[in-house]
Amino acid sequence: MAVLAVVGLLVFGLASKGSSRLEPGDLAPTAALPQLEGGGSESLADYRGRWVLVNFWASWCPPCRAETPALEEFQQQHGGPRFTVLGIDTQDLSDDAVDFVERFGVSYPQLRDGNGDTADEYGTTGVPETFLVNPAGKIRLAVPGTVDEEYLRDEVEPLLPGGRS
Amino acid sequence: MSWRSLLVVVLALTLVAPAAAAEQRASLAEIEKEVMCPVCGTLLQLAESPQAQREKAFVKRLIAEGRTEAQIKDALVAEYGDEVLALPPDSGFSLSAYVVPIVAFLIAAVALALGAWRWRRAGGTKDDGTPGAKGPSGEDAERLDADLARYDL
Repeated sequence: MAVLAVVGLLVFGLASKGSSRLEPGDLAPTAALPQLEGGGSESLADYRGRWVLVNFWASWCPPCRAETPALEEFQQQHGGPRFTVLGIDTQDLSDDAVDFVERFGVSYPQLRDGNGDTADEYGTTGVPETFLVNPAGKIRLAVPGTVDEEYLRDEVEPLLPGGRS
Repeated sequence: MSWRSLLVVVLALTLVAPAAAAEQRASLAEIEKEVMCPVCGTLLQLAESPQAQREKAFVKRLIAEGRTEAQIKDALVAEYGDEVLALPPDSGFSLSAYVVPIVAFLIAAVALALGAWRWRRAGGTKDDGTPGAKGPSGEDAERLDADLARYDL
C-alpha cells in the first residue's frame, strides 16, 4: 500500500511537471501577480472585456530585447479600452526588469512572475512567449519565440476590434 | 576588576570579534553552492546562462554592500521564490522535507524491531503456547540420521 502511494506521488509529480503549452481555445490562467512597479497586484481577470497580448519576457533574454520595440509600437497603435499588451517579467531580477522597461520606453502594463509559476501555468518552455487572449479570457493565439512587426500586423491585428481582416 | 582581568577581556574581544565577523561575512563561492539558477534547474555554481550571470552579479553586489549570507538568501527568495534555495527552508511546510525521512526511518526501525520480536516469539513457542519444535521430526529426522550415519567415521 505504501509502495503504491509513493509510486502514485512520483507519477503525479512527473505528470504535473510536464505541463504542455496552452493552445488556442484554452482558458488563460488568471492568478494575481504583483505589478513590476507600484506595489499593487493585478490579474488577467482584471482585463476581461479587452483583447490582451500577454508577453512573457526577461531582461536577460536577448530575443526579448529584439521584440520589445515592435510590441511597444503595436501598443502605441492599438492600446486602449479594447486592447492592451501585458508584459509578464518572469524569473528575473526586479531591478534589471525596471531598468529594461525604462531603457526601451515600454508603456504597457507590467506584472512580475519571479518564481515562474505563471509561466509554468501557461506551459511556456522559455522566453519570450506570447499569447493573445480574447475578451472572454480564452487564448486565440500562442506564439513560442519572438514576435515581430510582420506577425503582429498579419496575425494579431486582424483579430482586434476595428482591425483589418 | 584587576588589570589582569581587564587584559583577559580585551584579549578575548580582540580574538573573538574578528573571528565572528569573518564567520558572518558572505562569499559568492559559498552562496552559489546553496542556491539554484531557477531557469537552468541546477546549482548556481554550475550554471553559466545569462540568467545565472545576472544572479551572480546580484549576489556579488549584496556581498559588496556587506549583507550576511542569510540576508542574501532572503533577497534571492524575494526575487525568485523559495525554489531558488537548493535546500528547502526549515520552517512551514518545507520542514516536512527534513521531518518525513526521520519519521519514516523511525517507523521502519520500529516495524523491523517488532517483526523480529514476533518472529523470535513464534519460533520459540507454538500458537497454543507450547514450546515450538527444536529440530526436524518424523521422516526428516530419520533421513538426517541415515545421512549422518553414512558419513560417520
